[in-house]
Amino acid sequence: MTALAALIRRDIRIALRVGGGALIGVLFFLTVVVLMPFALGPDLALLARLGPAILWIGALLASLLTLDRLFTADHDDGSLDLILMSRTPLELACAAKALAHWIAAGLPLIVATPVLGLLLNLDGPSTLAVALTLLAGTPALTFTGMIGAALAVTLQRGGLLLAVLVLPLSIPVLIFGVAASNAAIDGPLSFGTPFSILCALSLASLVIGPFAAAASLRHGLD
Amino acid sequence: MRLSGRGLRCVRGGRELFSGLDFDAAAGEALAVVGPNGAGKTSLLRLIGGLLALEAGSIALDGGDAELTLAEQAHYLGHRDAMKPALTAMENLAFWAEFLGGVPADPAECLAAVGLSHAAALPAGFLSAGQRRRLSIARLLAVRRPIWLLDEPTSALDLASQRIFAGLMTAHLGGGGMIIAATHAPLGIVARELRIGDES
Amino acid sequence: MTLTELANPTRFLSLTTRVLPWLAIVTAILLAVGLYQSALAPDDYQQGATVKIMFIHVPNAWLSMFVWGVMSIASLGTLVWRHPLADVAAKAAAPIGAAFTFLALVTGSLWGRPMWGTYWEWDARLTSVLILFLMYLGLIALWRAVEDPSRAARAAAILTLVGAINIPIIKFSVDWWNTLHQPASVMKMGGSSLDKAFLIPLLVMAVAFSLLFITLHLAAMRNEILRRRVRALQMLQASKPVALPQ
Repeated sequence: MTALAALIRRDIRIALRVGGGALIGVLFFLTVVVLMPFALGPDLALLARLGPAILWIGALLASLLTLDRLFTADHDDGSLDLILMSRTPLELACAAKALAHWIAAGLPLIVATPVLGLLLNLDGPSTLAVALTLLAGTPALTFTGMIGAALAVTLQRGGLLLAVLVLPLSIPVLIFGVAASNAAIDGPLSFGTPFSILCALSLASLVIGPFAAAASLRHGLD
Repeated sequence: MRLSGRGLRCVRGGRELFSGLDFDAAAGEALAVVGPNGAGKTSLLRLIGGLLALEAGSIALDGGDAELTLAEQAHYLGHRDAMKPALTAMENLAFWAEFLGGVPADPAECLAAVGLSHAAALPAGFLSAGQRRRLSIARLLAVRRPIWLLDEPTSALDLASQRIFAGLMTAHLGGGGMIIAATHAPLGIVARELRIGDES
Repeated sequence: MTLTELANPTRFLSLTTRVLPWLAIVTAILLAVGLYQSALAPDDYQQGATVKIMFIHVPNAWLSMFVWGVMSIASLGTLVWRHPLADVAAKAAAPIGAAFTFLALVTGSLWGRPMWGTYWEWDARLTSVLILFLMYLGLIALWRAVEDPSRAARAAAILTLVGAINIPIIKFSVDWWNTLHQPASVMKMGGSSLDKAFLIPLLVMAVAFSLLFITLHLAAMRNEILRRRVRALQMLQASKPVALPQ
């Protein structure tokens, strides 16, 4: 347990220090959301209707783009070798790394949501609904994205390839995340159904992600 | 404690590096793996550390901790130092001491042992190549593991540091440890040679 | 004292030690006078008391652009004249500029709230300020991304100058985009039609905020110089030779 806590502490510390990219994700999120009205027009009623979808797309892209260094950084400086040789199971180490990434890069997105909701003319309850669905759904994005990040180590390249690999996997999360937000704002569906499925997706990815990532790292040894 | 490999075969990128390789090492003994560039010295160390998959053959450890795998009882000192430039020397070392598992030593003493006490609070990115190598050596001391797998450990070290390191290795062997080092340069300790990939 | 003499960081430090307290006092007095006058200014016949937000909003909006101008000159100093204090000035100005821009956004949003009924409207002026704010944040992120300040300086200088050329283009595009979708900006302030009762406090506030920027900027530059000295000392300490254990 202390080993995992140490790994989480280290990763968060690196993300917050100079050169770490924790806050760049939020800035990217902000920029994507601000770009939308320029394409859609400044009609507040339209923006309010599309708001949850815009916020979800922004959060999805922001959380994926910050993921690509999750394992490659450790691979490039040799840390991954030592992680493999440690007494902590690789699956748990992967889960700890993803958790640290979510805390450093995912949570700030959720904290920024109310401000962006203001820009998109979402009222208080709607913003809260979107923030809540993001809180339930972004772990799924991080933990499935982690599989792509592990493959990026094996394939020796990241960036766009990672996005191409992982974006299709995140479609269910997007569907139920936006559906739950819209249901909370103006129905007609009940909020509970899509939100429960969203939570289920997060929980499933919490299990699948670490195992798939660990398997991919083990097979990618060189 | 005895580490032995039988009939090891290693293929990298479609090319066979070695096959039918046997080796033995006992507690308190240092094995110097020598051979030309590309003979597979680094690969042999990574095979022992479980960082590469064996094509054929077997590696067995007798008399170690039965609960742990071979990799979990070995320290690996590679070309890349596994130190994060944004964290201080002390933070880096304390992290590995905590994460690797086992009985940790006091990180401050480990830094002192390699002459880096003055740099404990400095980001690792500020350190020179030799200092970073010494920081990696401090990691070998931070958690006790009986087998040390060292890949060109003396590269980037100046003479004074090499002498300190030789002292640390001697102490490790004296405590019943085992060292397997891939090297071109003399280690500064008594070591049996294991020659691989010899063309002569 | 010429510019080349000021270029010496040590001389800069000793000069600012003497100047800064006086500058701070003058700034505080002017700010107090400006706020007092603003409070006394009459209410607008249309907007009522909310018009007084203008006295804060306009100086901030003015500074949000002025600071980018200062950074652009500093960037030229980095790239062309290789002035040793130029990148210190550019780096120190960025967070202050971002803060002024942020205040301009918040006050603009509060000012618009009674008229629009929402805190945010994609009004041409405010939208331009928002984009400027994003550009400031990007610049700060760039400064933070590179550990070695002298290496970051070149990249930041190029980005600042590109931004300076782009800001008018962005402003024009946003204005055009906005008129495409809605008739006219709500927040109108005819420069000439502004009553003297508003103009004088506004000018005082603008000068006070400009002085506030200069004070903060000089203080931030001092901090940056000292921070770099600490870094240099750390590097020096790191390179100490091995002490052989006995």
